[in-house]
Amino acid sequence: MTDTPLDLIRNFSIIAHIDHGKSTLADRLIQATGALSAREMKEQVLDNMEIERERGITIKAQTVRLTYPAQDGKTYVLNLMDTPGHVDFAYEVSRSLAACEGSLLVVDASQGVEAQTLANVYQAIDAGHEIVPVLNKIDLPAAEPDRVKQQIEDVIGLDASDAVMISAKTGLNIEGVLEAIVTRLPPPSGDASATTKALLVDSWYDAYLGVVILVRVKDGFLKKGQRIRMMSSGAVHTIEQVGVFKPKLVPTDSLGPGEMGYVTAAIKTVADTNVGDTITDDRNPAAEPLAGFKPSIPVVWCGLYPVDADDFEKLRESLAKLRLNDASFHYETETSAALGFGFRCGFLGLLHLEIIQERLSREFDLDLIATAPSVVYKVHQTNGEMFELHNPADMPDGSVLDHIEEPWIKATIMLPDDYLGPVLALCNERRGQQVELTYVGARAMLVYRLPLNEVVFDFYDRLKSVSRGYASFDYQMDGYSEGDLVKISILVNNEPVDALSFMAHRSQAERRGRQICEKLKELIPRQLFKIPIQAAIGGRVIARETISALSKDVTAKCYGGDISRKRKLLEKQKEGKKRMRQFGKVEIPQSAFIAALKMDA
Amino acid sequence: MPAVTEPLALYIHWPFCLAKCPYCDFNSHVRDRVDEARFGAALRRELAHEAARVGRRPLASIFFGGGTPSLMSPDTAAALIEDARRLFDPAPDMEVTLEANPTSVETSRLAAFRDAGVNRASLGVQSLDEAALRFLGRRHDVGQAIAALEAARAIFPRLSFDLIYARPGQAEAAWRAELRQALALAADHLSLYQLTIEPGTQFATLHGRGDFALPEGDDAARLYFATAEEAARFGLRSYEVSNYAKPGAESRHNLAYWRYGDYLGIGAGAHQRVLLEGRMIATRRHRAPEEWAARVERGGHAAVEEEALAPADRAREALLMGLRLAEGIDPARIEARSGVPFAEAVDPAMLAALLDEDYLAWTEAGRLRATEEGILRLDALLPVLLR
Repeated sequence: MTDTPLDLIRNFSIIAHIDHGKSTLADRLIQATGALSAREMKEQVLDNMEIERERGITIKAQTVRLTYPAQDGKTYVLNLMDTPGHVDFAYEVSRSLAACEGSLLVVDASQGVEAQTLANVYQAIDAGHEIVPVLNKIDLPAAEPDRVKQQIEDVIGLDASDAVMISAKTGLNIEGVLEAIVTRLPPPSGDASATTKALLVDSWYDAYLGVVILVRVKDGFLKKGQRIRMMSSGAVHTIEQVGVFKPKLVPTDSLGPGEMGYVTAAIKTVADTNVGDTITDDRNPAAEPLAGFKPSIPVVWCGLYPVDADDFEKLRESLAKLRLNDASFHYETETSAALGFGFRCGFLGLLHLEIIQERLSREFDLDLIATAPSVVYKVHQTNGEMFELHNPADMPDGSVLDHIEEPWIKATIMLPDDYLGPVLALCNERRGQQVELTYVGARAMLVYRLPLNEVVFDFYDRLKSVSRGYASFDYQMDGYSEGDLVKISILVNNEPVDALSFMAHRSQAERRGRQICEKLKELIPRQLFKIPIQAAIGGRVIARETISALSKDVTAKCYGGDISRKRKLLEKQKEGKKRMRQFGKVEIPQSAFIAALKMDA
Repeated sequence: MPAVTEPLALYIHWPFCLAKCPYCDFNSHVRDRVDEARFGAALRRELAHEAARVGRRPLASIFFGGGTPSLMSPDTAAALIEDARRLFDPAPDMEVTLEANPTSVETSRLAAFRDAGVNRASLGVQSLDEAALRFLGRRHDVGQAIAALEAARAIFPRLSFDLIYARPGQAEAAWRAELRQALALAADHLSLYQLTIEPGTQFATLHGRGDFALPEGDDAARLYFATAEEAARFGLRSYEVSNYAKPGAESRHNLAYWRYGDYLGIGAGAHQRVLLEGRMIATRRHRAPEEWAARVERGGHAAVEEEALAPADRAREALLMGLRLAEGIDPARIEARSGVPFAEAVDPAMLAALLDEDYLAWTEAGRLRATEEGILRLDALLPVLLR
């Protein structure tokens, strides 16, 4: 039974930039409160997935319940919520934050505030959090705690005078962090006698338990055997198990107000559990759900194809397995003349796309090719109808097209002053609109509005290279605006290659089209016939290259003994043609398109 | 199928060489001592075995290849030729070719081979440039080559020799000059091969690690056209990708391969294709000389692989060989030799495209041939044309 009085509970999350020490601090807190024995400790306990640990990012929300006997003589329950830290998962972050009353803002005392920290800390402020600044890595020679404190006050507007000074790595002053949590963060509020109301924070699939739901109880209780209702879908389930995270799952009889824990209810896929949903009692439902629910909507789409056509079924199964655990990505089958059978997949953002792609190749051993990412355009037709375009191939004919809207983002870029010039040039080249330029010491903070489609096309790479890796970048969606957008088709031997078509602003069309034509000219081997390669908008060619015919390819010697060998070689070549795509009388190896797309990424 | 009795071509393989040339991937072996009596007897036994199988038929040609068959004693060659004459019905003008190297020892024995029944020699001259001969690992020099050619011209009514061009760094002008010199020495036939790097050879290793590079693409094409032009000036017509002859002087034996005729192959690693009761039987023999001989001694033959080729395979083979010839292919013969109607053996859309591009052409006699531009790209053309 979790019947901890509300005033002895503290629910908190940790906000930090990648590498500023969030996971290490979480490890230390777990260790200091004895939640895990030394034998059970491993680095970054909360980042379960290999990929999370490797990239130092959190993808799934995690939580751990700590028990802390404080200096005031009382024993507190501290629920640490580890949240995804990336903009792609902004909605998940907002739900995690909604489950807590306070946050620790961890800042590297030698690095200072980064763009990503900023976005998350504003979200925490929006969520009404009390925030305790924590300066980490103060043991480093390069640490400048006073400068960073000043920066926190200047940039974020938080009082940092009594920031907790720690080194998570050495364990210095972890006690100070625990005391600050107890004394400076508020307890949760809630009504034990009210009808059940719990926030669905996250969910994941467990091979033994089925779907495990991470919840924060607001009012009432969740108990084993209770029939619960998901308020957004109306689906009803019977609770099989409730419990808390220590951080292993430990069953309890119930979960009470202010508590965090888990619920299992024989749910088969995470697609049946929507993050942000309200869980209530089926017989005695709450009148109103908790505020803030919204279904997750993919903003970036791309085609995923197996390099080996025989892997199509395996890809389908792997996507289904991944979706068991991540309902936020979408997929549907699609066919490409150039790449064969594959899937059109939707993601929350570029990192999400990258993570799914990487998990497919790593966990499922699939060799994949991704088409250029496309954002979701709102295509308005002359008949007044509007549809959302996920795939440039679905672009309607010019005659029925009225106008197109594209998504914009508001990007925050922090960087050393020295690189400001090239970064400004990059943003302007990408049709950016400057919103704000401020300085904190020698660091500039740029706020730009940018079309998302300019960002999905190698923006990160360019930003990294023009700033020598010193710029940090974060963004949030910032609505749709009409744009002069065109579909650019790539034609090989006068036939369009669907997988290579893309949308671009008219001002960028010729440059991008030329780039792809030149690239293909390099990649497509010379053949019997000369092959024109063109980029076109509708019927108008905007760039053209020609691959000349091969000049000589004939075996010099061929006599009686060579007939079998030549025939077998021929059969092999014909077999190889199965991997070719026919464009009129020429056949292009699929590998050329794959290489073209890989160079894009 | 009508019972057409094709005249036979007989290939006899002598698998021994004094040294392995760095470009050669043929089945050749270097031995300190060769038991000539044993290998001669095994060849005769395998010949008798195959003759019993295919029955008595017209015999149009015999070809001693290798290896270096001129290292064999003329007596062994004489016995084999005699056996063949007895086992088959030799054509009155039967062509009997011997491959020979222009070393002085071999040259001294050419007359004895003529007496054994050889009436055509094919000399492995390879180059008329000293440095090139050394690069190619040859055991003769230019002087010996010229002496051998002059001796052979006096001894044999018909003579051919090989040259290898498109060598590393070879300029077109230099090749033209070398070729003109060769043509002045030629009789009625030349085999002119562009140097090809074959897997598993010493050149493959050297080339693979970048020790030398070959003329490729446009450069190789230019050398090819220059070759045909020079040969034509001396009255030698390109009748196959790499073979040039005066009209009527084409190698009848090799034409049997290219026209997808019946041929017997005797000896280590030899290949054979014979149409028997409507089935095209393809045979391959054991490559290792000693093992080959042991098997022949035990069972009369050393076939390690024998299969009846499917009609589709026969059509492919007939076309891939036939289109190497300037005369091209006769659709009716493709059908007769494969059992597949010509229209089903090729992709009609690609045939049209290749005709349209002038890579292929129909002759007035209704034969399909690759044009000069088509032959130059034959390896790329076949996989798209053939089904």
